[in-house]
Amino acid sequence: MIKPFLSVLLALVGSVALAAGPGPKLLNAGTNISDRASLQRGAQLYFNYCASCHSLQYMRYSRLAEDLGLSEDQVMKYLNFTGAKFGDTIKANMPVGTGDSAGGEDWFGKAPPDLSLVARARNDGPNWIYTYLLSFYPDPTRPVGWNNTVFPNASMPHVMWDLQGVQVLVQPEDGEAQGDGHSGPTFELIKEGTRTPEQYRQDARDVATFLEYVGEPAALQRERYGLWVLLYLLLFTGVAYMLKHEYWKDVH
Amino acid sequence: MGERTSTMTGVLGWLDQRMPVMDFWNKHVGQYYAPKNFNVWYYFGSLALLVLVNQIVTGIFLTMHYKPSAAEAFSSVEYIMRDVEWGWLIRYMHSTGASFFFIVVYLHMFRALLYGSYQKPRELIWVLGVVIFLLLMAEAFLGYVLPWGQMSFWGAQVIVSLFGAIPVIGPDLVVFIQGDYLPSDSTINRFFALHVVALPIALLLLVVLHLGALHEVGSNNPDGIEIKKKKDASGKPLDGIPFHPYYTVKDLFGAGVFLTLFAFVIFFEPTFGDLFLEYDNFAPADPLVTPAQIKPVWYFTPYYAMLRAVPDKFFGVVVMGAAVLILFLVPWLDRSPVRSIRYRGPLTKIALALFAVSFVTLGYLGLQAGSETQTLVARICTFIYFGFFAAMPFFTAIDSVKPVPERVTMHD
Repeated sequence: MIKPFLSVLLALVGSVALAAGPGPKLLNAGTNISDRASLQRGAQLYFNYCASCHSLQYMRYSRLAEDLGLSEDQVMKYLNFTGAKFGDTIKANMPVGTGDSAGGEDWFGKAPPDLSLVARARNDGPNWIYTYLLSFYPDPTRPVGWNNTVFPNASMPHVMWDLQGVQVLVQPEDGEAQGDGHSGPTFELIKEGTRTPEQYRQDARDVATFLEYVGEPAALQRERYGLWVLLYLLLFTGVAYMLKHEYWKDVH
Repeated sequence: MGERTSTMTGVLGWLDQRMPVMDFWNKHVGQYYAPKNFNVWYYFGSLALLVLVNQIVTGIFLTMHYKPSAAEAFSSVEYIMRDVEWGWLIRYMHSTGASFFFIVVYLHMFRALLYGSYQKPRELIWVLGVVIFLLLMAEAFLGYVLPWGQMSFWGAQVIVSLFGAIPVIGPDLVVFIQGDYLPSDSTINRFFALHVVALPIALLLLVVLHLGALHEVGSNNPDGIEIKKKKDASGKPLDGIPFHPYYTVKDLFGAGVFLTLFAFVIFFEPTFGDLFLEYDNFAPADPLVTPAQIKPVWYFTPYYAMLRAVPDKFFGVVVMGAAVLILFLVPWLDRSPVRSIRYRGPLTKIALALFAVSFVTLGYLGLQAGSETQTLVARICTFIYFGFFAAMPFFTAIDSVKPVPERVTMHD
């Protein structure tokens, strides 16, 4: 009797894996939002390299302090460069989207997007961010001199180039599949950065982790409570089963 | 009129003398005799009620913080997710509840098909159930538009534009529904009114009627036997047991299992891949940027696949509508002398299996981009879907049947 029921459920779950659409080949970032050190490093990198242009309009400094285990002083001194209040949401340093002469539109032709939900609004968001940060290469045909294989013709320059160094594109993505079956693009580092390639991958991972957290701060809470809720419900179900068993003894 | 007499004392007695409290309780719960052989399929009715309550209660709390305007809707949802105490939990309970509602209702409907629960004298219960299903689809669609993300906007645009395929009045009808030429602030405002006031009231009323009709004729069971035919000396069905306490405790256990699965999704996989909350809907609605692929939420995809399988837009809309409306006819299409699949012949079993497989396949195809092969498969499945209903009067009439026992059988 339970078989048809299970087959329906399985069909449902099976389609999840197949629902992923086509897109650029993404590297596995291996982000873990429970890794507080990674979150803190990611926040530091974000505010040093990204926050000038990209706001986090749904995120508050105070929430950041609470979830990342930072004091108000630390957040206001090391992360807040805009003079905003502790309870404010995170605005970009550079005024954007207003169309006035100081606005981002005039810098890049388009206002830099808010990144509150960048990790949630894309398929496989955290891996996308990670791969994106590893995929910049110089391209003199672009206005800012940089291009990106994950987001072709992005208006954004490679802001973390001093960390990564400069890598040129050797083999674009649509080239022949290589021995390991991965046909992603290949790069060659022509100018070293202040960080080794391994360290830079960690930096990119930290930023992706931070943005994954920013996309859903409640994820920290729900995973913390989830286990207890499940334990309680399993207990409840067990008691309900025994109760049912007891009442149904005389039904034959 | 004088006071009613009541066997009860105290507050309950006082009430019972003025209103038939005990009669009501006994008719619907205390002495409602349900067949004792319900199996796992019979959990989904009470579970549907549980999800309905969940949707209403969480919906009320969401309404306290949500702003039904094109300018504020998206941010107000993020405000709920981040700044409202336990807002994330309420929102995930509501969004996960929507998907679980359809899982439960689809299984509940399939149960009726398995055991012939729509056959005389239960046709009205089935018809009311199909109306509930229709309203539920409308309710889910309207609710999906409210967060005003990209998929809300473009989903609304696609679905409302289907009305534009209706000859003559179509284009005006679209403007009438949206209150604008595109989904806009006026659309979201009226969809909010319908989603939180009009449809929930209609749904509640229909659920009451659905249950009222059920309790008048009594529940069917996996053997498809009329338990009222065999009664003891006191007039109680021999194969019946009072709903309370037997089925209240049994359904309590069912609710426990359901809530465990429900909580698992809410706390550990609230987007359920991309199925329950789509990633495109975490980007605010933008009328100038069309998403790469516009697809409805999973519970509409079987019908969406049928729509796409038909080359002509108007005819596609007709097919999609007919796919739901044809359900109304089921009680009169089935001409089998027995109810339950247990005592029916191979023809019915094969037909029902093909129907189920084609429905699930259509659901899968509706999530895909729609290649040529996929369109072909969708056409075959659409054909099977309608073929099942069209052929039902014949295969149910000529199919062999096994002898139906006098009394219900217990398997577990």
